[in-house]
Amino acid sequence: MTSSRSGRGRTWWTLGTAVVVVLGASLLTLGRGSGSPATVEERAEEIASGLRCPVCQNLSVADSDSRLALEMREDILRRLREGQGPNEIRRYFVGRYGEWILLSPSIDGLGLFLWVAPAALALGGLLLLAGLRSRFMRANLSDRGRGAEDVNETLSELP
Amino acid sequence: MDEPTGPARTMPPRRTDPRRLSLALALPLILVWLLVLGLGRDPRALPSPLEGEPAPEFTLREMTTGRQIRLSDLRGQVVVINFWASWCAGCQREHDDLAAAWQRYREHGVVLLGVVYQDTEENARIYTQVRGGDWPIALDPSSRTALDYGVVGIPETFFIGRDGQVAHKHVGEATYEMLLDWTERLLRAPVETGTAETGR
Repeated sequence: MTSSRSGRGRTWWTLGTAVVVVLGASLLTLGRGSGSPATVEERAEEIASGLRCPVCQNLSVADSDSRLALEMREDILRRLREGQGPNEIRRYFVGRYGEWILLSPSIDGLGLFLWVAPAALALGGLLLLAGLRSRFMRANLSDRGRGAEDVNETLSELP
Repeated sequence: MDEPTGPARTMPPRRTDPRRLSLALALPLILVWLLVLGLGRDPRALPSPLEGEPAPEFTLREMTTGRQIRLSDLRGQVVVINFWASWCAGCQREHDDLAAAWQRYREHGVVLLGVVYQDTEENARIYTQVRGGDWPIALDPSSRTALDYGVVGIPETFFIGRDGQVAHKHVGEATYEMLLDWTERLLRAPVETGTAETGR
């Protein structure tokens, strides 16, 4: 009984740690880059690093040397100098190219689901595992108990 | 060798819950179905968010005459905007189809406008002199208009209705049949006056 309780305690401790790690990692990811860059060039760089280069494979506009990426960087810089804000510029590119132009999905609508779903799935999986484990341990203990009863019964039947 | 004897322990037969079984079968099937759907899609056929929206306004210099072409001045006509460059193989292949469509519709309220994309004016001039075609060609030196239209890879052709809204974006080579199809659709479409404003 004690071992079952300590086993269950371990399971919940593991589960709790996993929840903290998953939530912490999600919050860190969401909060990344929230510090505001100082110069217009740095702000342009930050916006460009969040936009997908349309003609490259898995490169941001900031990382790509393609001509289109270069023109997009110049356009971002021009828009910033004209007084447009980062979100306004991102919305402009989403309006022209679609949501896929954003390297990270936006944190609203379907984007929110995309952010939350992995953590929710991981949690669900951990809960499922914890449930299965405790059920397995209960079954194991009751089997052991039944085994002892069987032995006692057999011994009592001996002449 | 004798087998150890003892009271036989009978395990109750395990019965599978039919609901669980169907769920266990349905989940992988749904995943496979989603995978097949995803793999069957043309990765280049990204729908343009501009479709159904007011066409982004522009003012561009016409290459041959030097006059300014403003999109809002073309309101009331069907406008076909073709982004192209002299170095683009697909643009060379579609050139004759564009020329044929232009010949057919130039007197019927349709404007075909070529926009030079990531190319020099000199190369574009030589190209049009060699290949022919007398539809207006506009220059977009900093690709601002191309960005406004979300151009990814040329050739790309946009169809703008008489109401000023983007009706369709075609990625890849334009064919005569496709040009006719969309032009006819837009010429037949009823015009609702004052419904759309050109966007920027």
